[in-house]
Order: sequence, then structure tokens, then C-alpha cells
Amino acid sequence: MLDLSYEPPKPKVIAGAKHDWELVIGMEVHAQVASQAKLFSGASTRFGAEPNSNVSFVDAAMPGMLPVINEFCIEQAVRTGLGLKAQINLVSAFDRKNYFYPDLPQGYQISQLYHPLVGEGEILVDMEPGIARLVRIERIHVEQDAGKSIHDMDPAMSFVDLNRTGVALMEIVSRPDIRGPEEAAAYVTKLRQILRYLCTCDGNMQNGNLRADVNVSVCRPGQYEKYQETQDFSHLGTRCEIKNMNSMRFIQAAIDYEARRQIALLEGGGSVVQETRLYDPDKGETRSMRSKEEAHDYRYFPCPDLLPLEIEQGWVDDIAASLPELPDEKKARFVTEFGLSEYDANVLTAETVNAAYFESVVREAGDGKLAANWVINELFGRLKKEDHGIDESPVTPAQLAGIIRLIKSDAISGKIAKDLFEIVYTEGGDPEVIVEERGMKQVTDTGAIETAVDEIIAANPAQVEKAKQNPKLAGWFVGQVMKATGGKANPKAVNQIVSAKLGL
Amino acid sequence: MMTELPKLKIAEARDALRKGELTSAELTEACLNAIEGAGALNAFVHKTPQIAQEQAAAADDRLKAGGAPDLCGIPLGIKDLFCTKGVASQAASRILEGFRPEYESTVTRQLFDAGAVMLGKLNMDEFAMGSSNETSTYGNAVNPWKVDDRQLTPGGSSGGSAAAVAADLCLGATGTDTGGSIRQPAAFTGITGIKPTYGRCSRWGIVAFASSLDQAGPMAKDVRDAAILLRAMCGHDPMDSTSADLAVPDFEAMLTGDIKGKTIGIPREYRMDGMPDEIDALWTRGREMLQDAGAKIVDISLPHTKYALPAYYVIAPAEASSNLARYDGVRYGHRAKLSQGDGIVEMYEKTRAEGFGEEVKRRVMVGTYVLSAGFYDAYYNRARKVRTLIKKDFEDAFDAGIDAILTPATPSAAFGLGEMTEADPVAMYLNDVFTVTVNLAGLPGISVPAGLDKQGLPLGLQLIGRPWDEGDLLNTAYALERSAGFVAKPSKWW
Repeated sequence: MLDLSYEPPKPKVIAGAKHDWELVIGMEVHAQVASQAKLFSGASTRFGAEPNSNVSFVDAAMPGMLPVINEFCIEQAVRTGLGLKAQINLVSAFDRKNYFYPDLPQGYQISQLYHPLVGEGEILVDMEPGIARLVRIERIHVEQDAGKSIHDMDPAMSFVDLNRTGVALMEIVSRPDIRGPEEAAAYVTKLRQILRYLCTCDGNMQNGNLRADVNVSVCRPGQYEKYQETQDFSHLGTRCEIKNMNSMRFIQAAIDYEARRQIALLEGGGSVVQETRLYDPDKGETRSMRSKEEAHDYRYFPCPDLLPLEIEQGWVDDIAASLPELPDEKKARFVTEFGLSEYDANVLTAETVNAAYFESVVREAGDGKLAANWVINELFGRLKKEDHGIDESPVTPAQLAGIIRLIKSDAISGKIAKDLFEIVYTEGGDPEVIVEERGMKQVTDTGAIETAVDEIIAANPAQVEKAKQNPKLAGWFVGQVMKATGGKANPKAVNQIVSAKLGL
Repeated sequence: MMTELPKLKIAEARDALRKGELTSAELTEACLNAIEGAGALNAFVHKTPQIAQEQAAAADDRLKAGGAPDLCGIPLGIKDLFCTKGVASQAASRILEGFRPEYESTVTRQLFDAGAVMLGKLNMDEFAMGSSNETSTYGNAVNPWKVDDRQLTPGGSSGGSAAAVAADLCLGATGTDTGGSIRQPAAFTGITGIKPTYGRCSRWGIVAFASSLDQAGPMAKDVRDAAILLRAMCGHDPMDSTSADLAVPDFEAMLTGDIKGKTIGIPREYRMDGMPDEIDALWTRGREMLQDAGAKIVDISLPHTKYALPAYYVIAPAEASSNLARYDGVRYGHRAKLSQGDGIVEMYEKTRAEGFGEEVKRRVMVGTYVLSAGFYDAYYNRARKVRTLIKKDFEDAFDAGIDAILTPATPSAAFGLGEMTEADPVAMYLNDVFTVTVNLAGLPGISVPAGLDKQGLPLGLQLIGRPWDEGDLLNTAYALERSAGFVAKPSKWW
């Protein structure tokens, strides 16, 4: 397989009042593992169920209840690790992170601090054709989600919904390799795309199934390169962590705000305090949640209810063998195999369903570039107009391939093809039959075209004379012929015959 | 006759039930009567006569049909730490006031599936934290053994279990042992108690104290009964990740009393400074008895023994501080009445302040401290390293051909209730000095009554066995029991 070559993007530079600043960003993405059952309890993970209906004795932390690892969740995390080209640790362990909150019934979250399941990996973050950032992944660990506290149902009481309690999460931690708000959003987009390819997380950000904590710091140009050389964080600025964001737009806005806040502080002679902040989308600003001094002491220690998790290389190999083709490979293949532009390949590989649709069309119609044009411009355009996804497309790949085949065989013109597409989209049917039945076929019979040209030349002697003086006027004859044939004449043939007859 | 029935051993009752000489209903009724008359012992804290009668009737039907398991129709007491479905299960804590689980612990389910009869729930130290049963929210249980008018502790934490078995209120009882909570009370009351290998009994449904140390085990009138009970209590449970997937042998069938050719180790580090002469003498007697039975006795060294107690009192509270975080007043148990303006923090603080007793609070605070940032390595991590070394000490001994290790079970006989109230908590912790090593190493350990002290109080010896080899350990204990010929019983005063 050929890798596409790329250059890294330029870091975002923000001009301060005194000088320029660069951003350094690291991300912790919490991705809900796609699984029917929770990480340790076997209870259902169905979203939108009645409050407290997906709760087992384990989730409610009843006395004497014990966690048992859900093997499928581990498999999903391993699959994710393999998809990010990461080291899979055959021995990992679970730790308890202790803190009190009503939506955390155990009083601790079972997580993996000391020995995560997945080690170092990487994500290639595409910015534009030929421009991409390779972001290093530090680790992925598996942990339990908390429940939900509801404070706005009653003026005097708070309520707790434990449906989400104990659902498996993957915390995917990046190195501070991201250099701007757009890159941060692109990172989440790419990660989400990979997770969706792997079917290990549905990536639904609205439901909170994918959410990001963003670590932001600023530094003077040149400092980051020193960090990269030495991996010594002292070259970088003090970071703040913006918690729990579930929208690409907010991620960008929050980073931008936070960077400017830090720059203003530094240029004003102050210093950045390491702390956790929250982004308020209404006000468009971040505000302090708790400082380092107020930070919880989580008292991590190995969870004594669970033995170290040991997995076998053979099992990992089996999962590796079952991995689907991933976005980077698919994109490269689309470029090399079908001659697509990187841009088109990007669009078509954004979602596996799109790519699969496109490939079905190509399989039947042959022409990759033409198929890409039709899928991207006509089909996606039309679907978008009605806010439909590809899975709701009334046009099947076979039908679209039929239209493309008709274009390629010169049976219909591009213009007619668009009419035909609209008919297939709204009424359905076999494109070939429709073209036949409705007489939409292009006239390529040169005899018929000649007759039509002759008739028009004969009826318009004055125009003929003018055209002979000014060959550009030949187009008028072409238009007349097209009109006379109801647009079905092959424009190329008409052009040739008109030119010949006028002696141009 | 009725008053004699509860004195039966499990093996005797089993045989009589099977022969039809006795019904479970009669036996159960006799036990319920004995319990009614033993209020002064404060052993049973929740009585379940109705359940007992129903289970006895069902057991009698099963016995009539033939082929019933060993425990069918045998009335037992259950430590309050076990969650029993629909029956108060409070771990002797106010914080679990009113808690009736909707589920049955694996161990008790196995016992009831085998036909055992539940007489009620037994007193204990709060959350199994204590060595005298004095931290219980129900007030302490009382040892049926007595010197003059001095009331004695039955030991702890399984004090109610020990008192109930020793006083013949039931035929056997469940206990749990995190640092000696089965073996020390067994020794204090002249009964037999075994803590099996960590992972033998499922912990599912047992209120957790220190998860890496907690094990359930039987408390019984002799080694044979302990073997019968243990077989029914243990076994693999997929609901407990630390439960071992190993076959459970017929422990009773392994009781031959033949220990010829076995090698028994005597660890020199267990000879503590200031150990009472009586304990030392008993230990020597035990050594002679095993030797007379044909075992080879060798002196061994377990060099890290002196670090065990401090390591235990770091690890156990650390785990407890986390395990007890769930008692927050949000979902079940006690919740403090709140004042106007109180928020979640006040609810936690008031609930836990009211719900937990002093010893539990002390351990939660110690555990929180040793896990906190900056102290973790100095305390918790160091304690874990010590634990590994202690485990290694035992492995080395077993690798050198030792079959079992003989030690005293406790540093003294039962002490008086209230005597330790004003003492440094560490003085109480010293009760566990011979037993905690076994929990830290995850090994099986059994306490067997071996004699009486000058005051006429029972003393126990402890045997420590190889992991998963409870059968062999029980057989060695059986040989010791036969040689010791301990038959003394407390005289009834309650």
C-alpha cells in the first residue's frame, strides 16, 4: 500500500500585544465503548432508557457486590489500540480513583492509572490535501463512566440517574502534539472517524458518547521545537485543562479563548495557574473550576477486586486480523486505484458507508473519477438538500452505476443524465429502461444529425454567411440543432457536422 | 432431650437425620429455644425463626427423599457480614440500618442450596474491624466462657459466631477472616475455625472490609464439622474475579489422622518478646503431639514476620477506606437528618459521622492517609512490598518441604470485656500478631483448641498450610485435635 505523502501544517500563531505566541495542545478523549453491556456489571447500556432502569446491584454499589470484567469491552479497546497502531499491553491492571459524588455510587471509579491496556500509538490528522499532523497517542485506558446528577428538577433536591454508571469508556490520551484550534477539531474528527470505522465507539457527541478534555498552553515560537527535541516539558508553558467538551465548534472556540486569556495574562506580567476550567458556550469563555491546590487527591491504588488483566498475543493477533481497512489506507487506495484527487478521496472515506457506496458504484460502472463526481456532487448534494444520510438514499449504487454507464457509452449527455438522476431519485426505476421508454437517448446517428443541420442551414442563409465571416457563430447552429432534437443529439457530433457543413 | 440436641456436632446430626432418628424441625426448634434462652450472650442479633422453620420443613422432605447433602437440615448461624436476601444484613454497623439485601451471598446461597437452615444473623465487630466484638452497633457479644464473674470477649470480629457455636446455640456458623477474625475468636471460645486459601470462597455478597484479605470460612465444634462446612461454602464463582476455578475435594474424606512422614515447621520469629509462658508451653505441647503422631518437626525461619502487623494495618485500612466510601447515605442505609441549607457535603459528613463507629472511622482515616498523594509510596507501596516478602517467606518454607506450620493462635486467652477500652488501639491490634501473616500471604490457616490456661480458659493453636491444600491442613489439624483431646465446655451461666 502506498502512503500519501504529507507536510505538517504550520502551527497557529497568535500575535500578542508584545510578540507572537504559539499554542500547544494535548487531548484526553473519552469514548464510550460500543457494547451492549457495561464494563463490570452486565447491565444494559441502552441510551435514553427510563432513569435508573439500566442499573444492576453492582452499578448501584450495593454492599458485597463485585466487578467482573466484560471481555467484549476489552476486545473493543484492544481493537481501538490496534487501529491507532498502538502497543497492546498483554498485562494491564485496574486501579481505583477515589472521590465522593452522588453519581459515583462506589465512591471510586475503576480506571487504569498505573498499567493501561494500550500504550503508545499515533493518529495522522488531515488538515488539507498534502497537509497533515502526526499526533502521538500516549495511552488508552479503560474505565467506568459515572452516572448523571440532575439538579434542575426540584428546587430543594437533586436526583441521580445511574443508567450511565459503569458504562465502559476508553480514555484516549494524546501527547501535546496539536498546534492550533483547527488541528484540535481535526484531531477529534479523525479519531472519531477511526473509531467509527472500527465500530468501537459510535462517536455520537451529542449524547456524550465522545467528549474531550483539552490541555492548552502557550509558548514563544521556538520553544516547542526545544520540547520536541528533549521531551522536556519545562520548555512549554503552564497548561490549563478545559473539561468535558462535546462539540467541535466549542473545542475550537474554547481553545482560542483560553490561548488568548493566557497570552493576555503573560503579557500583563502575570502567570498561568495550572487548573481545571470549564467552557461556557453561552458566554464564549472559560472559567476556573478548581485550581491545582483544590484538586482532588484521588488516592489511586490497585483495585483489589480485580486480578491483573492478562491477555494472550494470539487473541490480539486474531483481533488485528479482523481489523477493517482504516481511513488512511482507504484514502490512499482510492487515490492510487481510482485516480481520485486526495480531496475527493477524503470526502468519500469520511464514513465507511459512503466509501462502501462509492465502491459499489465503481464496481459496476468502472470509471472511478466519474463515479466520484456523481457520488459527491449529485448524490451527496441531493441527499443534503433533504437532510438524508447515505443509508436513506433512494438511489441504489446499481442505479447510479446505470446512469454512469449510460453517460460513458454516450447514450445520454451529461445534461440529460442530471434529468435522469432526478427521475431515478424521485420515481425510482432502472435508468436504462427510463431512457428507452422516455426517449431520452442521445442521437449519435450522424445521418439524423446531418439532416437536422442541413435543414437549419437551408432555412437560415443569412446566418450561414455571418458564420462564415465569424466562425464563433457556429455555436448558434449547434444550439438550433440541439433544440430541434430535444437536447438528445450528441453535442460532440453536432459540433463536428456543423463545422464541416459550414466549411469552417 | 430438647436441650441436648443443639450440642450435637454436624456430623452426628447429619447421621441421625439421615437415619430418621431426628428431624430437622426438632433440631431447629431446639436451637431456636437455646437462642431464646441465650440473650445474655448477645450472639444472635437478627433472629429468623420463620425462615428456619420453613427451611427445616423443606430439609425434612429432602431427607425423606434420600440422597440429601451433608448439611441438609443442619441449623447454622450466619455472620452479619453476609448479605442474606430479605434479611437484615448490617455488618453490625449503624450505617446499614434497615438494609435488607435483594440478593443472597454466594456462600450462604450454597449453604441453603445444600439444605442448611438459617437461625439468624450473628454479632460481629462493625465491618469486621475489631478483635473483641466491642465495635458492634448491637453491643458486644459475650464469651460463654467466664472466669468468676468477669465477662470475657468472645474475640472478633466473628465474636457472635464463636459465642453461638461454643454455647451450642447452633451446630456451626459462618465467619470471615481478614486478619484473624475466624481464628482468634475460635481460639478464645474453644472451637475450631478455618480461614481457607484466598480465593477458595466467593466474596460475592459479603460486605467488603479489605478485599485482598477477606475470606469466609466455617466456625465449628471440631475439625470434622469444619471440613463438612468448608466443602459446602467454597467453590468457584464467576461473579468474584478473585475466586479460584479449582475443584473442591471432599475434605471430610481426607481426615485420616495419619500424618506420618509430614514435616511441620516451627517458625522462630513467632516466639514474641513477653509471650505468656502458658502460650509458649501450649505451643511446645502442640509440637510434641504432632511429633508423637509421626510428623517430623523442624525449626524454620519466616524472617519478615515482624513487619506483618504494620503492613497489615496499612493495607487493610487502605482498602477499607475505599470499600466503605459507598456508605454515603445516598442509596440505602442510614442518612442523617439535615439542617436547612445543608448540601451534599454536609449530608456525607453527618451521615458518616453518625453511621460509623470510632474504630471504623479510625481505620477509614488511616487508610485515607496512607493512600494520599505524597504518602502512598512511603506507606501503601512499602506495605505491598512487605507483603510480597512475607508471601515469599512462606513459599520458601513450603519449597523446603514443610507441609504445615504450627504457631500459637493468639498471644493470650480471652480478655475481659471493656479491659482494652482505654488502651492504645495498637494493643488491640496485637491480638492479630500470629494470624495476619496468613491473610497477607493468602494461605489457609486453622485454629484448633488445644488446652486450657490456669484460669480454665481455652487456648488455641494455629496450623498454616500450603495454598489450596486445605484437605491436608484439616487432616493435620485432625491429628492435633485427637492428640489434644480437648473436650472442655463452658458451664452454662446465661
